[in-house]
Amino acid sequence: MSTTLETATNPENLRRVAIDPVSRVEGHGKVTILLDDKNKVHQVRLHIVEFRGFEKFIQGRPYWEVPVMVQRLCGICPVSHHLAASKALDAIVGAKHLTPTAEKIRRLMHYGQIFQSHALHFFHLCSPDLLFGFDSDVSRRNIVGVAEKYPETAKRGVLMRKFGQEVIRHTAGKRVHGTGAVPGGVNKSLTIAERDELLKGIYQMVAWSRDAVHMIKELHHQNPELYNSFGAFRANFMSMVGYDGGLDLYHGTLRGRDENGNIMFDGVDYRNYTDLIGEEVKNWSYMKFPYLKSLGKEKGWYRVGPLSRVQNCDFIPTPLAEIERREFVAYSGVMPMHAPLGYHWARMIEMLHAAEMIKDLLHDDAITGSELMTSGVRGIEGVGVIEAPRGTLIHHYRVDENDLVTMCNLIVSTTHNNQAMNEAVRRVAQQYLNGHEITEGLLNHIEVAVRAFDPCLSCATHALGKMPLEVEVLNEAGEQLSSLSRSAEGVVCSLN
Amino acid sequence: MNPDKQTFTLDGKTIPFCNGQTIIQAAMDAGEYIPHLCFNPEFKPHGSCKLCTVKADGRTTASCTQFAQDGMVVESNTKEINDERRVLLQMLFVEGNHFCPSCEKSGNCQLQATAYELNMMSPHFDQFFPDRPLDASHPEYFLDLNRCILCSLCVRASRDVDGKNVFALSGRGIKSHVIVNAQSGQLGDTDFAGDDKAAQVCPVGVILKKRVGFSVPIGKRSFDEQPISATPHPVVKEA
Ligand code: SF4
Ligand code: FES
Repeated sequence: MSTTLETATNPENLRRVAIDPVSRVEGHGKVTILLDDKNKVHQVRLHIVEFRGFEKFIQGRPYWEVPVMVQRLCGICPVSHHLAASKALDAIVGAKHLTPTAEKIRRLMHYGQIFQSHALHFFHLCSPDLLFGFDSDVSRRNIVGVAEKYPETAKRGVLMRKFGQEVIRHTAGKRVHGTGAVPGGVNKSLTIAERDELLKGIYQMVAWSRDAVHMIKELHHQNPELYNSFGAFRANFMSMVGYDGGLDLYHGTLRGRDENGNIMFDGVDYRNYTDLIGEEVKNWSYMKFPYLKSLGKEKGWYRVGPLSRVQNCDFIPTPLAEIERREFVAYSGVMPMHAPLGYHWARMIEMLHAAEMIKDLLHDDAITGSELMTSGVRGIEGVGVIEAPRGTLIHHYRVDENDLVTMCNLIVSTTHNNQAMNEAVRRVAQQYLNGHEITEGLLNHIEVAVRAFDPCLSCATHALGKMPLEVEVLNEAGEQLSSLSRSAEGVVCSLN
Repeated sequence: MNPDKQTFTLDGKTIPFCNGQTIIQAAMDAGEYIPHLCFNPEFKPHGSCKLCTVKADGRTTASCTQFAQDGMVVESNTKEINDERRVLLQMLFVEGNHFCPSCEKSGNCQLQATAYELNMMSPHFDQFFPDRPLDASHPEYFLDLNRCILCSLCVRASRDVDGKNVFALSGRGIKSHVIVNAQSGQLGDTDFAGDDKAAQVCPVGVILKKRVGFSVPIGKRSFDEQPISATPHPVVKEA
């Protein structure tokens, strides 16, 4: 399954090209490429500066602070951390089953987050590549260019994101870094006025989400060659599924399939995740490499996120998204879809599902209920897992008798995908860069592959396609041979 | 002189007062706001934070310790004084570890509310990031000294109302800190109790009831509903 480009045999004689930072992703990452004098690719690595310090930082803090504090990990999906931590800490306050109101408010918050995050990723970060082409004019390949050429698409992107944020605001109190979920439940439900305000917009959101699925599907059908093969590699996949095997992004058990789509494990209680997953440290990356212990470090890596979830579940419990899921599965045939660009399609199916779930929840009286909290026998350890926009998110805490956190372990979605993202960039480097003079357009191919995973490389960066990018080509002595730079305005110039 | 008819002016408004009242007490009784942190009308003034600084007849003074005098002209809400107050607030913020976004007192905190009131947009100075302990030894309450502003209200409440002396200020200058009355230095080993007055008075997020956390939603906290200036006697909600 994996390529051999992780480590070059004779790195001394190679040129090094660095894409630093990778743009239009959340946070800071870089790609380094080693080339020989014929531009043959020998080594490709995606490096990420990750937020490991956090696990130390949280130690010694009172447990009830954690769901609010962990949101600081990320300015893009704070709600995911907020909810995963709250789920883990439910066990500390002995809340085995939340009240219907609490569970549904948390779900509403979560679907609001999925909806806004997927909309942001697709419309703002990726549509420029998909609509204009990967090596199109770089000065137009951004959301501003999209707004000029496809104003309706850009407008929908903005309004959909805004709607998702409003769902979050009404459930968490604020658009970013709210406080809605607390160990044992939630601190508010919806007022009738808040519910009615959201009801006014939701039908439009469902319709636009369906259009978005159709749009990405169209792109696949128009250019199957590109969409099916770009950076494609085969991999295992993992996600949480509902107890009934349906797609459930908030709660369930863990299921994994091999590259042929056969189930490897199913119904695994996520509290036992340490039996399932190990984490390998490599000396060239700050981010760990998780793997399935049963398969070992070499073969046990896997993929998480929309592409895994949509193919891992047996069905999607909302009708419009289920129709789309079936079409997606039929399109890929007997074998699962492994193409990174398939992520976009799967992501839009999930966005549609999130919109449908929001609609259903808004029609459920429980969301305006007043029973918010529950508790039981005090626990000392808790694991919380949710399917965040980018994939499986694991939070694990231990708390002492004075209520302070003594241990915290997090495995975030992007970490699960570490090896998979590395594989994708290696494939693309082989497919497109090998033997060619490096141009900005070619390097963007590498970034397109990274972006397909919607990685959240660290906290809050809102680059919107305007992140400055520098590419350097160095000789073996580390001297710069040539370089390209792209300014925040998208202007590309040769530096020498 | 009729003692009932004594008045002074505060930013041009006539404020009546009785003998023995300080400027801030008379202003509060008249529904006027003068920024303050270490003052609480229920306790003897301490005069340490200097947030309540005003100009009385042209002389800079702490309005929580300065007695009002008939005919006095007091300036409080002026650019010059507010600029100085903001600097005092900024110093308080950088001396401790005040991370409002993840602090459970956020929205109920007088330091934060006063900073909003005075348009403090940034801490301006370099953070000290002091290493201060968290004391969770008591079963019902905990102390997060990262947020202490040394107002001494807990000291006064415990001593003057509870008759216990659970809290005291120790050390000098930048090393000043709150200590508790136990050999071990732990709150759990003192005779502190949840119904003590001292449990209710901390204007910031140091003395907190355990397991309350973020149970009050955003929008329903004390200073979500109105700014601190509209609450002359800040009644901070107990969750
Ligand atoms: S603990 Fe609170 S009440 Fe006591 S001195 Fe510090 S800030 Fe004031
Ligand atoms: S309130 Fe007067 S000095 Fe603090």
